[in-house]
Amino acid sequence: MGILITGLLLGGTYALIAMGLNLQYGMSRIMNLANGEMLVAGGFAAFWFWTAGNVSPLLTIFLLAPVAFFVNWLIYVVILRPLVKRAKSRGQLEVDAILTTFGLSFVAVGLMLATFGGDYFSYQYLLKPVELLYDTYSLNRLVAFLAAVVICGALYLWLNHSRAGMSIRAIAVAPDSARLVGINVPRLSALAFALGGAVTAVGGALISTFLTLDASTGVIFTLKALIIVIMGGVGDVRGTIVAALMLGILETFVARVIDPGLTLAAAYLLFILILLFRPQGLFGRKQT
Amino acid sequence: MKRRSILKLSAAVALAVAAGSAASAESLKIGAVAPKTGGLAGGAVVSFWPNVQLWAHDVNARGGLDVGGTKYTVEIIEYDDQTNPAETIKAVQRLATQDQADFILAPYSTGLNIAAAPIFARYGYPMVTHTAISDQVEELAAKFPNMYFTLGGASGLATGVVEVLSGLRDSGEIGNRVAMVNVADAFGIELAEVGGPQLEAAGFDIVYETSYPLGTQDLSPVVKGAKDANPDAFVAWSYPPDTFGLTAQAKVENLDVKAFYTAVATAFPAYGAANGAAANNVLGAGGVHADGEAFQTYAARHMEVTGQAPDSWASGMVYASFQILEQAIEATDSTDKAVVAEYIANNDFDTIMGNISWDENNNNSAYWTVGQWQDGVFKGVASTGREGAVPVRVKDGWE
Repeated sequence: MGILITGLLLGGTYALIAMGLNLQYGMSRIMNLANGEMLVAGGFAAFWFWTAGNVSPLLTIFLLAPVAFFVNWLIYVVILRPLVKRAKSRGQLEVDAILTTFGLSFVAVGLMLATFGGDYFSYQYLLKPVELLYDTYSLNRLVAFLAAVVICGALYLWLNHSRAGMSIRAIAVAPDSARLVGINVPRLSALAFALGGAVTAVGGALISTFLTLDASTGVIFTLKALIIVIMGGVGDVRGTIVAALMLGILETFVARVIDPGLTLAAAYLLFILILLFRPQGLFGRKQT
Repeated sequence: MKRRSILKLSAAVALAVAAGSAASAESLKIGAVAPKTGGLAGGAVVSFWPNVQLWAHDVNARGGLDVGGTKYTVEIIEYDDQTNPAETIKAVQRLATQDQADFILAPYSTGLNIAAAPIFARYGYPMVTHTAISDQVEELAAKFPNMYFTLGGASGLATGVVEVLSGLRDSGEIGNRVAMVNVADAFGIELAEVGGPQLEAAGFDIVYETSYPLGTQDLSPVVKGAKDANPDAFVAWSYPPDTFGLTAQAKVENLDVKAFYTAVATAFPAYGAANGAAANNVLGAGGVHADGEAFQTYAARHMEVTGQAPDSWASGMVYASFQILEQAIEATDSTDKAVVAEYIANNDFDTIMGNISWDENNNNSAYWTVGQWQDGVFKGVASTGREGAVPVRVKDGWE
């Protein structure tokens, strides 16, 4: 039971890391390799507000979300939209986006280095034990899990039960046809990208309460997010959530019952197995 | 990635000196290559780069290095090696051939130093390392006669821990049961490989043993597993992210041990700051003579010039290694690499860390092995021959 709950908590963390990338890759078709850096930037912001002004990260995220939304929207419009316009096929856009965002990640690391320095930053917020069903958990992870539930739930509801959400899902499935029914594809792509960036930054702020980050750790998170998004199936919010939870539970199970040293191996084994038997991911659409 | 940085102070001082006195505005080019990005950036930014800045400031503030009557200011040429050994080698090569550096400061961390050693040797630069921890000093010294080691070896560090734990056991504070974990990366594995057998040889019972991948986001299974084994002492051969993570987890789980040790980064100011009262009586790798005047004045200067506090392990030794270079240049009145290298080989040096002398393997055999946070200060509690160790305290809860 303890393993299940710990695994769910970890899965919630992973969902926060991966959800933004799912929006950016699934809806805007941009494989954003600078995703991890946005996460770390969100973490930096939370750290800075906490150490400088004792502002709780849970409050910082309300300031962080609109700022990150705006910054990502700018990045999409200025740097990425020209790529979208000139891409003759989806494959070309993916390659262009990967190369561009790869370079962007270096720029982002350099900027963070210049602004915050290269030191590790770590703080303790809500590091209190919580007793649940005979086992102790850390309150900050519980809070992050609940926040993940709220964010992912809200996203799911919005994408599936609102008109704007439906339009965004339309551009994910068939951008050319979406144009025919009057959907403003460029505007909605920018919206989806910006929203993904905002979710990532908020996720970063929340996980910074229990993880140690520095300017160079973004790449680790990009990698993890990538695996989860591909495993869950690109473009479906449910896929990311399920894949994140599965990964969290599996890793915790392996760490507790078998050997903590095998968690990475187990994670990648799961990844390989899912890709072998269901290449489009758990909830992905089969490529025709 | 190249970044050339001419310290404004050295330029200003050089101008002032030139304008104000008859001394000539000569300068020495000193190369410095270390991580500013990549996996070890967090450590280099705490231990290495501020000391480069501080040392250049100290030297230039007194007019520069006195080489036979002429004052030479130091001009630092910096490169970021991105924690990539190939980049370290490239940067050293560039410093030697294109930038014509007179001397090059040793890189940061064992791996990058070992990667750069051949090229230092090829161009004849003396290499006084400060953060290279290796048990292979004999082979390395045989291959690279101009390479010196100051921070010790993995065996020594592990022995220090075993000594501290044995001391606590013999005085009846703790029992025999030890939980030992390590990060599955080079240094963590090396420490576990020497530490495990040493603990067992000293009569300890390793009741829980595991390794975990670098970058593990959830260390609660490790700590829970250790807790279930009911240990008296917890030893983690860990790296910065997991040092912080394990401590936080131990606090949440209220891990009831009388001795808690995490390896790398326990000596960082950020560790004390992040953990506050929970850090009290935590043991860690390294240590300094914290109550000694030399370290205290150094730390105050470090804070004043660079705006950040030094760590309590490598920072002092980094600065000391620069002092060795500085003293060798001034003592030989020469800027010739070979002459300076010869002097370093045959002398000992008086530095902020105390006297540093070399054994037959160009190794400083007196180094700090274990330190402990005591009321907000990380103090050395065990060493292989440094003075100033304070008594070890028992860990008493996490509040």
